[in-house]
Amino acid sequence: MAIHVDRRTLSATALLDMYRKMVTIRQFELKVIDLYNEGLIRGSTHTYIGMEAIAVGACAALRPDDYITSTHRGHGHCIAKGGRVDLMMAELLGKATGYCKGKGGSMHIADVEAGILGANGIVGGSIGIATGAALSAKMRQSGQVCICFFGDGAINQGILYECANMAAIWKLPVIYLCENNQYAMSTHISYAASVPDLSIRAVAFGMPGMAVDGMDVLAVHDAVRQAVERARAGEGPSLIVANAYRFEGHNVGDTQVYRTKEEVERWRERDPIVLFRTLLLEDGILTPESAEAIEREVAEQIEAAVAFAKASPEPPVESLLEDIYA
Amino acid sequence: MRELHYWRALNEALREEMQRDERVFLMGEDIARWGAGGGIFGVTRNLVNEFGPDRVRDTPISEEGIVGIGVGAAVTGMRPVIEIMYIDFLTLAMDQVVNQAAKMRYMFGGKAKVPLVIRTQEGAGRGNAAQHSQSLEAWFVHVPGLKVVVPSTPADAKGLLKSAIRDDNPVIFIEHKLLYATRGPVPDGEYTIPLGVADIKRPGRDVTFVGIHTLVHRGLAAAEKLAQEGIEVEVIDPRTLYPLDIETIVRSVKKTGRLVIGHEAPQRGGVAAEIAMQVMEQAFDYLDAPIVRVCGANCPIPYNQTLERAAIPQEEDIIRAIKSIV
Repeated sequence: MAIHVDRRTLSATALLDMYRKMVTIRQFELKVIDLYNEGLIRGSTHTYIGMEAIAVGACAALRPDDYITSTHRGHGHCIAKGGRVDLMMAELLGKATGYCKGKGGSMHIADVEAGILGANGIVGGSIGIATGAALSAKMRQSGQVCICFFGDGAINQGILYECANMAAIWKLPVIYLCENNQYAMSTHISYAASVPDLSIRAVAFGMPGMAVDGMDVLAVHDAVRQAVERARAGEGPSLIVANAYRFEGHNVGDTQVYRTKEEVERWRERDPIVLFRTLLLEDGILTPESAEAIEREVAEQIEAAVAFAKASPEPPVESLLEDIYA
Repeated sequence: MRELHYWRALNEALREEMQRDERVFLMGEDIARWGAGGGIFGVTRNLVNEFGPDRVRDTPISEEGIVGIGVGAAVTGMRPVIEIMYIDFLTLAMDQVVNQAAKMRYMFGGKAKVPLVIRTQEGAGRGNAAQHSQSLEAWFVHVPGLKVVVPSTPADAKGLLKSAIRDDNPVIFIEHKLLYATRGPVPDGEYTIPLGVADIKRPGRDVTFVGIHTLVHRGLAAAEKLAQEGIEVEVIDPRTLYPLDIETIVRSVKKTGRLVIGHEAPQRGGVAAEIAMQVMEQAFDYLDAPIVRVCGANCPIPYNQTLERAAIPQEEDIIRAIKSIV
């Protein structure tokens, strides 16, 4: 039997939890597409399908009290960090029981108590928040770290330049994790960035930079685990660029005229869930039966979340002016 | 009562709050070592000696990053007091102020607190020209989620800053560059002034004058002269623009029947328009004359001294305005 997984850093239980979370993200997002097309989800929503390995591999390196900041494509981060799918689904349906009482929606899901400092509707908008959370952790000597997820679109935003520099000079425990899914809306990274390997920008920030295969959950985990160790040891921030692909459009409804079906199909051949499942099967951590059971259990969980969301009450109109100020 | 400079009163407030609460820390450009020991107007003078460079943290010139880090630190348990050297530089950080700090609590359904103070200063009168002399308070008043403080005296500055630091919301604390060198009585010992309570700086029966910052002082000087002509002006300083103590203003207008409002900011879209409209809504039947505004010219602040003076309401402009409706 081939042994692919280094059990010194990940137990079988941890590996199965990671696999289950990847499946949960995939099924959650497929359901989101359905609900959006049914008109039950308003505004715009952005799915994480194809990128599950990044959030799950990264968050598996965290303690429960560590922080993450997320993006407009944030459902996967939230699930990977331990967010509840029922409260997420209720939020997407704008219900009073949702994470944000129906006031945030897809782009603002947060669970501050669980260290999830929010999805963010502004590209790059959470980079300062992540850096500040890291400063806070350092000043409180809590030993916490923060993973700052952002996309290849955000890597060109000025706030990254400002914050990465401050994180480096103050040795803050933050991991800047760029999810390069190749496209910022319709704009390909090869057009938008001056360098083919985004991780070399770390040189300018004065921190280690790593490029990893974002379709390989174990590769992501290994890189993030090293960066987290470095951060917790007081040695400062890192930049990790996880090269991946979003299988669906930028948002639900994207015509995707900027890329070919062949390109999408090529990337789909390296589906991160299929890759991980194959490894786990070969290592004997997963069996065909247990893999099927996980799929079934997750499907039931998502259906229950949808039922909970649909049955939940609308927020009262009186709540309009609540929670503006503490 | 002892007399202190405005800058010294602010310095005392910072020292006392940092002594009282170890979560309070300062961050900004040149706040630890510039000039006589901190800050271009001395507000943070010598605090680094007492509290060290972690809690009186000099930053690179990175306004958006500084505010973003402040937001992240605030939402994770610290109470940052950020200094933005000139309010003009807040333009560089507007995403963090408007989209992040102000909205985080609401977007998250009330599950976050952002106890962040952004100290800055505004105003003309020193020949700093168009990018260092603006009065931008109206921008922030317009954003639900923010509080806006505009102290005009040393005693108010100290008591309001202490309240701002203890407030669990983002507060834009706007000082005025001409007021740092002014002196006034400041009570001994511990005191705070609540946000949302106006102060009647001079009682009068004939006309209500509402001014902010320098216009309070010019209003008082104008009232002194008009008293010699038998016109008694009631001078009100709202002290905070959100929350706005409209009750005190309305009560005064019901007594005097006349209202003049003054500020340095351009008249177009300024806070005076908001105050005038609220008075119209609440006390229209009590008005014996049209409400008059004495505001900045609708132009960038010019460098030349004569032109700069012409752009900003002076004592004689207030006298003329009051006489036009008495």
